[in-house]
Amino acid sequence: MAEIVTMPKLGFDMAEGTLVRWLKAEGEPVTKGEILAEIETDKATVEVESTHSGVVHRLLVEAGTVVPVGTPIAIIGAPGEKLEESLPSEKAAEAVEKKVPAPEPPQTAEMEPTLPQPETVGALTGERVKASPLARRIAREHQLDLRQIQGTGPGGRIVRRDVEAVLAAQPEAVPSPVSALPGEAAPSKPPEVSWLPVGQVSEDQRLPVDRLRGIIARRMVESKQQVPHFYITREYDMRALMDLRKALNAELPEDQKLSVNDFIIKAVALALRQFPALNAALVGNEIVRYGHVNIGVAVALENGLMTVVCRDADLKPLRLISQEMKEMSARARLGKVRPEDIEGSTFSISNLGMFGVEHFIAIINPPEAGILAIGAVREVPVVQNGVLGIGTRMKATLSADHRVTDGAEAARFMQLLAEFLEHPLRLVL
Amino acid sequence: MARITMREAISQALWEEMERDPKVFIMGEEVGVWGGTYAVTRGFYDHFGPDRVRDTPISEAAIVGAAIGAALVGLRPVAEIMTINFAFVAMDHIVNEAAKFHYMFGGQMVVPLVIRTVSGGGRQLGATHSQTPDAIFAHFPGLKVVAPGTPADAKGLLKAAIRCDDPVFFIEHATLYQLRGEVPEGDFTIPIGQSKVQREGRDVTIVTYSKMLDTSLKAAEELTREGIEVEVVDLRTLRPLDMKPVLESVKKTNRAVIVEEGWKSYGVGAEVAARIYEEAFDFLDAPVKRVAQVEVPLPYNRTLEQMALPQVKDVVQAVREVL
Repeated sequence: MAEIVTMPKLGFDMAEGTLVRWLKAEGEPVTKGEILAEIETDKATVEVESTHSGVVHRLLVEAGTVVPVGTPIAIIGAPGEKLEESLPSEKAAEAVEKKVPAPEPPQTAEMEPTLPQPETVGALTGERVKASPLARRIAREHQLDLRQIQGTGPGGRIVRRDVEAVLAAQPEAVPSPVSALPGEAAPSKPPEVSWLPVGQVSEDQRLPVDRLRGIIARRMVESKQQVPHFYITREYDMRALMDLRKALNAELPEDQKLSVNDFIIKAVALALRQFPALNAALVGNEIVRYGHVNIGVAVALENGLMTVVCRDADLKPLRLISQEMKEMSARARLGKVRPEDIEGSTFSISNLGMFGVEHFIAIINPPEAGILAIGAVREVPVVQNGVLGIGTRMKATLSADHRVTDGAEAARFMQLLAEFLEHPLRLVL
Repeated sequence: MARITMREAISQALWEEMERDPKVFIMGEEVGVWGGTYAVTRGFYDHFGPDRVRDTPISEAAIVGAAIGAALVGLRPVAEIMTINFAFVAMDHIVNEAAKFHYMFGGQMVVPLVIRTVSGGGRQLGATHSQTPDAIFAHFPGLKVVAPGTPADAKGLLKAAIRCDDPVFFIEHATLYQLRGEVPEGDFTIPIGQSKVQREGRDVTIVTYSKMLDTSLKAAEELTREGIEVEVVDLRTLRPLDMKPVLESVKKTNRAVIVEEGWKSYGVGAEVAARIYEEAFDFLDAPVKRVAQVEVPLPYNRTLEQMALPQVKDVVQAVREVL
């Protein structure tokens, strides 16, 4: 008797997943527990194990397809078993074929964005979500979108347990709306110029909005619309830090060298510990000043970005910060982040220095109160005591939530940060 | 602590207060020689004499009116209205005089009057003798309305009512006189205007008072077997209404069921529910539910009467519905 493998539900709020890749072909034998396919969800790429042993009779969806949870994706049967004999499977297969439309003409397909559907529907129709006041309050405090939560109360009402289930399954960690690249020490290689044919107009391209892009889009709009940002830029003398880094790296093997960003994470964390006003969030009617200092660091991915979190960075030595950042960035780029890699940041850093960017402004990653945009460390002319000389400088711009803090306070934080960046021995003590 | 009946507790309160303060006296229909319709004042007439335990004509207007007069000149009358249904004929005295004199005459006088009366159905006394119109009396500022659900509360609150300089409308329940409970020894009072958590629980808050406290506690006991822990808050006083324990409880359980014996429309449950919505909206995980009497004049037929009154199973059902 043939058995059906369905799209698994890998998170409480998971409605569908993209079948990235089949690891078994039709006709191949498979044992229970063996990896059958890779599935991409909101958060990560996950491997799907076969729930049965036998032979892969049919793969019901093509790689790259978005499949609703619970939909049959493969049929596994005994070797030599004829599919026609197993009526239920056949019915299921038909059902799938009805559900998953055959590939349509490219134009139509490309025009359909693949954003999470409930959200799109809700947003377009402005349909009222049924939720208890308590569920609404909890969702509001955790910045959850009620439209994405399945209600289990009377008449489908979203009640506390539904919101709490989502929180348990998916804490606040979603990719941040900031823009940046990992804290690599080496400057990024500039893109190469390609010599395109002369006199030819390129075609318009229409790209589907993938999950990550969709989430970034939503979170950025939320942040920019709801959080009153203000910005403070300050220049830091980085000569001592660059010298110290050089001296430390001379001691370390190639794969353990410290990046400038590692130092900045440590400096920011120490400054925040002393300055909890910015290690904070507006939650409901309260400002929460976090006891932990968890620094989110934006990591650029091929199709977007993610924030990985260096927990208790104020308490960690530089080498540990560096090692964790290397590991988490690597996992993020492979799409294999662990929940703990992306959860619980209390303040974020975005560094575009390696692209030669002098200074830029980042968007806050809610509910955090601030994000620090780091520019390149540059040699610049400086005037000191009336003498023109060469200085090593870096600009950083703080974006802060004006509901939580004010200009002078934020400026004092930037001032305190100088005490660490410009006296880098304090970072290794 | 002694385990005594509600009747004994009320009787003790009256006796002790009359012994304590010679200004305290009782008047009402059959309170003297007969010893009270519900036998609360049995033995009082012989002990305190006809001046302090006065049988009156069958006129509630006369009883309340005379009691107000006595209160205005410095006595502390405890007027008994045989059932709350008869208080309607004394309504003008209760709401236009007792409740208002202190306010209307610039505080020149107080009205230290207690009106004891009996509310509630369940004794097959027919539609006009079985009503639970407690909420009507709680509507009027100037009147304190007390409705205890345990012997201890009855004793402590009645003693507080007698010592209170404001008119207190003291509602006893017709089917609670045999209810037994622990009552502290000696002289004690319980402040008017304080609700009380009578049973702790984490899942649902039941707000109730008087007879329905007993019904609700039985329902809570039954629900324990299903693993549902109900918290029961007893209002004890309908005016002034103490919402603090109610709100604290609802903030903990996020669910509320209000159980009252009177009709639902414009009732105690309506008031409590509205205040929960006003002051704890963001803590509610389900709509507030009310359990109340079926909206008909209460039938005489025993089966029908019991069907119309809120029963333990109705409370159990309501709790399940909000979970």
